[in-house]
Amino acid sequence: MKRIAQRLAQLVPTTVGALVLVFVLMRVLPGDPAAAMLGTNATPQAVADLRSQLGLDKPLLQQFLDYVLGLGTLDLGRSLALRAPVTSLLWQALLPTLLLTISGTLVSVIVGVPLGVAAALKRGTWIDYTATLLALLGISMPVFVWGVLLLLAFTLQWPVLPSAGAGSNPLEVARALILPSIATGFFQVGLVARITRSSLLSILANDYVRTARAKGLAPPQVIGDHALRNALIPVLTVIGLNFGTLLGGAVVAETVFTRPGLGRLILDAIAARDYPVIQGVMIVSVVFVVLLNLIVDLLYGVADPRVRA
Amino acid sequence: MSSRHPAARVGFWDPSRRVSRRDPNRLARRLTATVTANPIVIASGAFIVLITALAVCVPLLPLQGPTEQSVLFRLKPPSAEHVLGTDRLGRDILSRLLWGARLSLLVGVGVVAVSATLGTILGVVAGYFRGWPSEVVLRLTDILLAFPPLILAMVTVTILGNSLLTVVLAISVGIVPRFARVARATILAIREREYVEAARALGASTPRIVVQHVLLNAVDPLIVLCTLLVPTAILTEALLSFLNLGITEPEPTWGNMIYSGQLVLREATWLTASPGVAIVLTVLAFNLLGDAIRDAFDPAVRDLGAPTPSLDESLPTPAPRLSAAGPEPSPVAAS
Repeated sequence: MKRIAQRLAQLVPTTVGALVLVFVLMRVLPGDPAAAMLGTNATPQAVADLRSQLGLDKPLLQQFLDYVLGLGTLDLGRSLALRAPVTSLLWQALLPTLLLTISGTLVSVIVGVPLGVAAALKRGTWIDYTATLLALLGISMPVFVWGVLLLLAFTLQWPVLPSAGAGSNPLEVARALILPSIATGFFQVGLVARITRSSLLSILANDYVRTARAKGLAPPQVIGDHALRNALIPVLTVIGLNFGTLLGGAVVAETVFTRPGLGRLILDAIAARDYPVIQGVMIVSVVFVVLLNLIVDLLYGVADPRVRA
Repeated sequence: MSSRHPAARVGFWDPSRRVSRRDPNRLARRLTATVTANPIVIASGAFIVLITALAVCVPLLPLQGPTEQSVLFRLKPPSAEHVLGTDRLGRDILSRLLWGARLSLLVGVGVVAVSATLGTILGVVAGYFRGWPSEVVLRLTDILLAFPPLILAMVTVTILGNSLLTVVLAISVGIVPRFARVARATILAIREREYVEAARALGASTPRIVVQHVLLNAVDPLIVLCTLLVPTAILTEALLSFLNLGITEPEPTWGNMIYSGQLVLREATWLTASPGVAIVLTVLAFNLLGDAIRDAFDPAVRDLGAPTPSLDESLPTPAPRLSAAGPEPSPVAAS
């Protein structure tokens, strides 16, 4: 419990700092957001109206207080391009993006961990080299190249999966998720495999593994119960640390596969200079990264009781 | 000049130093040995040399201009005249590919230059000077690390506007805190070494200690980090221009070539194929070479197959390294 409290105490200033940074970034955007949104033909009166609607005519401190108050009451203003409250737009976009990042992570774990275990157990064989090669390819291949290849294969060559959208019923949702989550998760497959491999190798050299073997436990039991459990802690770390990048990958995958989500939302907002929405997406992504790091931290305790103490 | 400095002599004999600063040949030898031992690494190096040479010489090559359009030659597949075909506006893809290479490499080098300079300064402040300067830098990097790097770059480029310089800066915003973290860890370790203490005891000035004794010994791991950052920067630029941010049409980049190719994927795969292959090969080559250089600097990590340092960490979680591979993990290895 003390550990959790400590971590929370660490995270609070970071989160507050990041939220202040978002406010500052939004205020240093070049030119007048109101003028930018209305275009060059706007009358000065219209610009002034929009400025007061956005609260830009108030003193900076007042604007900041409004921002903090808005964060507290989950009121992030209204989108100007989409004419809807930012919070409800974010809620709508959150689910598909969250589904995509979770399934992308699952892809990397389901493929990466067994591959890493196989590479560690069959060290120096073709399995080992394949894992290494995949790891390098994964970090070298941008999400969109992988995405375009998948599109080419599974929607044009063999049209078995949808190329766009997120689906409306559960089956469609699942089908629409397959390609984007492979594209999003792939960069991490190799990373997960290599870390599983190296951490399993260093754990297999430990005395307690030798003891387990000596007392006659079956190899799968030794690997599963004794070694893998400990070997997965660094994997957990990597997944946690890479979450921000995975979220970035999801943004790109959403463009390739024309999926709704936070990526589409922020890109459209950037194109329309819809500042309240840009601000909202940044806040959500910061909150997510911070939360996920906390979750990973708590999971350490589950994976390794020694951390809990 | 440090050879006459007594403290430097202490440093010279410090067995924990991986590579002696005084013997650059030893380092060069080890580097050459590691790099030439592996044919794949030789191929990567050769590819990087080739693509750099092409990118530098592209204005001199007898090619159609990268933005020169020709309505008669729209979407033509590869032919003798247009080796890699033409795009929707009849522009030569080979020419655009090479001009794009120029841009990608410039961004790679630029981001590394900016991040290494700022990151090292911040790393020294946080690693060498205790107290509030260190705290300030650490909190600042924490805050920046809470943002997904790509989203931070997207918003920064929107704020700063579209140009090569702003793209370099936008990508660096996400990389500087990560670089600073590694630099700090390296410098923290070096600052406790005996030769630094000896220099301090001998009354060397702080700037002298920082530059001569701490920074010079931190150069090796930081160089490794730099080589591995080039592909990260190139990838991020490609992602940005694929999303139509940063350097945009008609200026050719690999990212925006793939974006516009994707729109006609059904009719003309060659639009997407060549920039796709170019980007994967270039980034792969840089990663392979970076790995080899890291191994040359630090043979200890080689056997464990330590993964390429991912600069994709988002928050510095104090990971309980219960399964740490060694007593002192290389600062470059993902931790």
